[in-house]
Amino acid sequence: MLIAEENQGTREKIKMGTRTLAGGVLVDREDVTLNPVKIFSQELDMFYGSVQALHGITMEIKERAVTALIGPSGCGKSTFLRTLNRMNDTIPGARIKGSVKIDGIDIYEPGVNVAVLRRMVGMVFQKQNPFPKSIFDNVAYGPRLHGITDKAVLENIVEESLKKSAIWEEVKDRLDTSAMQLSGGQQQRLCIARVLAVDPEIILMDEPASALDPLSTAKIEELIRQLRKNYTIVIVTHNMQQAARVSDYTAYFYMGSMVEFGETRKIFTNPVKKETEDYITGRFG
Amino acid sequence: MDHKLFKKDVRFGEWLIQKLLLVAGISSMLIIALIFVFLFKEAVRFFGTANPLDLIGKWTYDDWEGHYVFKMMWQSISEVPKYSLLPLICGSFLVAFPATIISGVLGIGCAIYLSELAPPRVREILKPTLELLAGIPSVVIGFVMLAFIATFAQNIFHTKFRLNAFVGSLGVALAVLPIMITIAEDAMRAVPKELRDASYALGATKWQTVWGTVVPAAVSGISAAIILGFGRALGETMIVLMATGNAALVTGNIFSSVRTMTANIAAELGSVAQGSEHYYALFLVGAVLFTFTFGLNLVSELVLNKMRQKLRM
Amino acid sequence: MDQALSLNLPKLTSRRILWNEIVSDVLVRFFALIPLSALAFIMYMIVRKGAGTITWHFLTQMPLNGMTEGGIFPCIFGTLAITLMMILMALPLGVAAAIYLTEFSGHGMFFRVIRAAVNNLAGVPSIVFGLFGVGFFILFVGRNLDHVLKTGMLFGQPCMLWAAATLAVLVLPVIIVSTEEALNAVPQSQRSASLALGATKWQTIWNVVLPQARGGILTGAILSISRGAGETAPILFTGCAYFLPRLPVVHLFGVIPIVNPFDQFMELSYHIFIMATQSLDAVKTLPIQYGTTLVLISLTFLLNLTAIVFRIHFRKKMGTVSI
Repeated sequence: MLIAEENQGTREKIKMGTRTLAGGVLVDREDVTLNPVKIFSQELDMFYGSVQALHGITMEIKERAVTALIGPSGCGKSTFLRTLNRMNDTIPGARIKGSVKIDGIDIYEPGVNVAVLRRMVGMVFQKQNPFPKSIFDNVAYGPRLHGITDKAVLENIVEESLKKSAIWEEVKDRLDTSAMQLSGGQQQRLCIARVLAVDPEIILMDEPASALDPLSTAKIEELIRQLRKNYTIVIVTHNMQQAARVSDYTAYFYMGSMVEFGETRKIFTNPVKKETEDYITGRFG
Repeated sequence: MDHKLFKKDVRFGEWLIQKLLLVAGISSMLIIALIFVFLFKEAVRFFGTANPLDLIGKWTYDDWEGHYVFKMMWQSISEVPKYSLLPLICGSFLVAFPATIISGVLGIGCAIYLSELAPPRVREILKPTLELLAGIPSVVIGFVMLAFIATFAQNIFHTKFRLNAFVGSLGVALAVLPIMITIAEDAMRAVPKELRDASYALGATKWQTVWGTVVPAAVSGISAAIILGFGRALGETMIVLMATGNAALVTGNIFSSVRTMTANIAAELGSVAQGSEHYYALFLVGAVLFTFTFGLNLVSELVLNKMRQKLRM
Repeated sequence: MDQALSLNLPKLTSRRILWNEIVSDVLVRFFALIPLSALAFIMYMIVRKGAGTITWHFLTQMPLNGMTEGGIFPCIFGTLAITLMMILMALPLGVAAAIYLTEFSGHGMFFRVIRAAVNNLAGVPSIVFGLFGVGFFILFVGRNLDHVLKTGMLFGQPCMLWAAATLAVLVLPVIIVSTEEALNAVPQSQRSASLALGATKWQTIWNVVLPQARGGILTGAILSISRGAGETAPILFTGCAYFLPRLPVVHLFGVIPIVNPFDQFMELSYHIFIMATQSLDAVKTLPIQYGTTLVLISLTFLLNLTAIVFRIHFRKKMGTVSI
């Protein structure tokens, strides 16, 4: 709440908003309800072996907006996130039913190039996971994979990506030092830069700030608000205030099903379902 | 998002590498499987010419006694070859048992010291020392036993044979000590600190905690260490070949000269004709040895796995 | 009731001497000294008795006079040659197999059994491998090759090729296990990060996993070289010679000298064994035995020390990786 008030001065478009059920402040920002649909999941079931982890998720995710997935641990929000770039493929025994369409193309259709898909749908993980390489090599890793070898081009991409992820000023003089020497928050922003370097259209974030201190968290949230202008962002979080602060839409997951989905302001001030209200107000369980 | 999504990139190199890895994986498996299959296939052929009862003993006409005697002997080069496994198994156990007891007692003591008492600095010296000890070729230990210890031990114990099961088992104990310490120490270090704290909080002393809490909690790991050590002791070749005297006797006397299964193969394989009964008999000894050691390793691993699962919960 | 509950506690300030504690303490400390002193004793005895023998002459000359005099150069040559040949066979195969097992095979029942078998094979007696080497490589593969290729007795006899192959089979499980450990030590999150950036499986392994596992793989390789260099039992009958008046060298195209894999060879550990147990005059050759032992033990000692230093360095580096 403090952080939201702090940021309030710096962001001209954010005005003081309504107080949410979870406490904290709901901020107003430009309207995204008219944006086109980027991701459309339809009747999506997901199984790990014989265990069903997702039950018929149908959801429209808007382009250039932030969609937050909330819910208790094990509710399926991370699983759902990982179906969007097919990271679940790496888990043996995982399979899906239903469809996920990005720009109208079913990403589970045979013939889809998963490497290209993952490049277009970037992912930031819960625990910052930079490679034990230099800062430069971390950001250049993706472009190099996709065949860029020209030094000048790479340098340009690295600089742009680091600037977009608001870490350029902190690291520009030591691009050759190991990424392991950065602080946790810096590492996470580096990981975001690494994702931006492959020029994705969608960025998935799996509790990106849960391992960070409040100050680093604030920086990441600020970054998310910046990125929202150009990217479609889906973020999993267990922090209600965070969801309220950064997202335009919120989906509440429980036991592998989506209980409620809608504009964040509505979900946080006037949810339709009793379960959602209980969870948001902390009466859950 | 565009049609690039359906672009198939052709990566022939990658496809080739994956296939090569698969081939390497499969051929490694095949080689491993081959050892099992080949050893037992050759061993079974022993029964093509010989009677299974021969493995225990053989009724042989004894010129001294003037009648048939049931002889439990390994005498491969003789008018009537005898292939009783008893003296070999007896020899193997007579070396491996004392070796396991010696290295077990020492090893558990060392493991307790390393996991409960040793300051980090001492640990940093002792652990590499153990690795270096484990790295000494067994032929060197055998040589040391033969050259220094054997005479020394004979002078102390006044034994009939200079080279005997006891000298061999001392060398074998030294050879299996490092691995026993390592496994037992791992087991003790895996005991959660909370358990120790709980014991101290109830007023237990250091050693009451060690004997009453840590050792019982790690008991399966310690027994795994002992079982594995016993398997290694049974399989040790060069030390016993050089230090036990190699007389194939059925005996319970630890100061007697004995011949183990391993030493027997090593001593006779050089002069055997392929396809002879003797040749298959040696493979049979190898198969028995393999079964013993493999079984012991397996048991030890199962015990360790079970402990790991338990401690994780 | 009150009595049952009252504990007979000593006073807080009591200074009871706990004899059990002291005895345990002393005993365990004494036990811990034993491996240390055993190593020191072995090293000391061999260095003291062997150092006098080590001369340039001893290291570079052929044995003379029925091996009662002269040097051990052929043994050193043989040991290096066979160890090199062994690691060339075992390392690529073992590392590739381990990569397949950890990164591709999954965790089904079948591969669990395979893993257990590999683990256990590391503990199978080395003489069993010797038996396998004689029976399979020389008599089965070698004789049949000779039969098919009509090469007389080229393959079907003990030689360096088969000895190296036998040692390679012996260290294969060791290499597989240590490589698997090194690969598994690379956090899963690193693989996820790479895959999520659109890397293929092999790109991930090559660019992210292998660079981080390199130290562990190399340590395992050094340890298996040391193991191979010190093993005697597997090569007793697969290619070692008691005495060979020449080096196992052949001239390729008549000019380029290379190690002849079809020749027999002399080897350090076998030399120690044979001199100590079957020498014509075991007392007269004692200095040679000590000298040879010193050379062998220095070799394995150095290799093991390298591996240890390497691992410590590698752990320190990994320490910063796991934040």
